[in-house]
Amino acid sequence: MTVLAAIRPTGWDFPLFLHVLGAMVLVGGLVTAVGMQASAWMRREPGELLAYSRGGFWALLTVALPGWVLMRVGAEWIRSKEGWTGDNDPTWLGIGYILADAGFVVLLVTILLAGLGVRRVRKQGATANLLGRIATPLATILLIAYLVAVWAMTAKPD
Amino acid sequence: MSVHDWLLFLHVLAAFFLVGAEVLFTFLILWLWRTDLPADIARVSGLSKIGSALVGIGAGGTLLFGVILAFEADSYAIWDLWIIFALVLWAAFAALGQRVGTSYDAAGARARQLVGEGRTEPNPELGAMFRSSRAFTLHLVSLGIVALLLLDMMFKPWA
Repeated sequence: MTVLAAIRPTGWDFPLFLHVLGAMVLVGGLVTAVGMQASAWMRREPGELLAYSRGGFWALLTVALPGWVLMRVGAEWIRSKEGWTGDNDPTWLGIGYILADAGFVVLLVTILLAGLGVRRVRKQGATANLLGRIATPLATILLIAYLVAVWAMTAKPD
Repeated sequence: MSVHDWLLFLHVLAAFFLVGAEVLFTFLILWLWRTDLPADIARVSGLSKIGSALVGIGAGGTLLFGVILAFEADSYAIWDLWIIFALVLWAAFAALGQRVGTSYDAAGARARQLVGEGRTEPNPELGAMFRSSRAFTLHLVSLGIVALLLLDMMFKPWA
């Protein structure tokens, strides 16, 4: 790993920068969303519930989703530069792909649930956001999965 | 996994905590940008505490594991210019972060005080305190430093 890092061609640096920056923004967006949604979970007052639920939804939509796109674009760019064809891909690359792509589906479902939850709370003045409560563990699982991806990308298990 | 792999993972994980916290703070600042309501500003104090904890773990972890990595890895040395540059940026970030935190914590404390007194109506003075251009500028500069740190780690100039 030390040798690999030392001999990494300079042409890989910028795509790697975009990939890592996107992943960091994605994780930051998920941390924010989980914090907001967990706070909404503990509230009964409609105004408080709506404010936290909205915060969770917007963190997912405006931070986590663009972060995922940047991370994925950077990943594909650097993959093309490294010359992986799909036949001889190492395990860590496979872990990254599975977590990124399966995670995207979960992310979209989470955003949808969080958005519908906000809409319901706003219309009905509810004291609990059931859809938001389903979205909270999903966002938490995503956060854990992407931290596992960080491990796979850095430790690069065979 | 070798010791180097674990150190690199912990170093990068700490960096994720640090940047994640900066993303959280930026979101909260922009989220509350147009409000003058004490309850809105007081509401996020719990979340900002999570952010502060993440910044602490992230800043401490990146420094600790980064320095150990510099001594452990054969291809790097602590006196490499890109590592010295990173240490200078880290120190600048720590100093700035403390000042940014003090500014926003003061606004949060004032908001909680107003809510505690039952003064929940819009408070322009509190809004102005939260939107302080000095605090926001310092926050933007600290974001710039984090971006420079990330660029330094990726491009390793002068290596």
